[in-house]
Amino acid sequence: MKSIKYILAGILFGIVMIKSEAVSWFRIYEMFRFQSFQMYGIIGTAVVLGAISVFLIKKMKWKDASHLPIVFKDKERPYTKYLIGGTIFGLGWALTGACPGPMFVNLGYGYLTMAIVIIGALLGTYLYGLIKDKLPH
Amino acid sequence: MIDFIRQPWPWYFSGFMIVLIMLMLIFWGKSFGFSSNLRTICSMTGAGKKVKFFDFNWKAQQWNLLFLLGSIIGGWISAQFLSNPNDLQLSASTVADLNGLGIHFNGALNPDELFSLSALSNPKTWLLLLSGGILVGFGSRYAGGCTSGHAISGLSNLQLPSLVAVIGFFIGGLLMTWLILPIIL
Repeated sequence: MKSIKYILAGILFGIVMIKSEAVSWFRIYEMFRFQSFQMYGIIGTAVVLGAISVFLIKKMKWKDASHLPIVFKDKERPYTKYLIGGTIFGLGWALTGACPGPMFVNLGYGYLTMAIVIIGALLGTYLYGLIKDKLPH
Repeated sequence: MIDFIRQPWPWYFSGFMIVLIMLMLIFWGKSFGFSSNLRTICSMTGAGKKVKFFDFNWKAQQWNLLFLLGSIIGGWISAQFLSNPNDLQLSASTVADLNGLGIHFNGALNPDELFSLSALSNPKTWLLLLSGGILVGFGSRYAGGCTSGHAISGLSNLQLPSLVAVIGFFIGGLLMTWLILPIIL
């Protein structure tokens, strides 16, 4: 039963995504046209509050629910994969208006056509795994 | 109360709630990153037998699949009980720009031209949605994360690689929005 909390967190995430309108294709388009502050405000607030929280967790050496130290993994270098992968991701994000989370939230909201985007995302993930070793990282 | 929830939430409250979710997962010894679920689903369906990248202990990621399941339910709950009775407030210049692309602003979350069931009678819709999804899936795994993993979790932890990834998200997004969408839509 302890796993039910993850479902509840996911439900909260889905509601937040809808009520913030971050799942909206229109909002993503507006963001990339620099015609509204909304999305920048959401991400900006999250990053500032998130950075303060992470700083405090590290500084105060807070423990998690099972009394284990909270560790933050550093992302490995070099930067090539982040730039190329990120750019490919951005192309898809602006086309579908949906990053991975919002795809599923939209599906639940009733946008059944999002299933095609999800199938695409699974195919894309599979394709990456298939040709990973041939790509520059 | 319910009327308050039904309104679109202000950006600062939305940002606060996203951090709250990230902190809940951190407190439970996990991390906030949605796109790794796509890899997990590939592994579940047996992709690990053929491709090494998918050969890992996906059962350790079950919690994240539950989070994914919850996000679908959260979307459904929002549609049933919390949906905004008013039109989305989109900036007038965006509406005008979209008209130029042949996308009509319908006041909902997503345009009918791409996401309505009737749009599926046009093979181009299938092609756009499927290829967009492929780009998101391929790119997020290549970059090692998506908006949640890099833009939220990574930047919160002041990770330079995540900043590079987010810059990439914007390079790709701007290219698509300003150069490619006018051609393909």
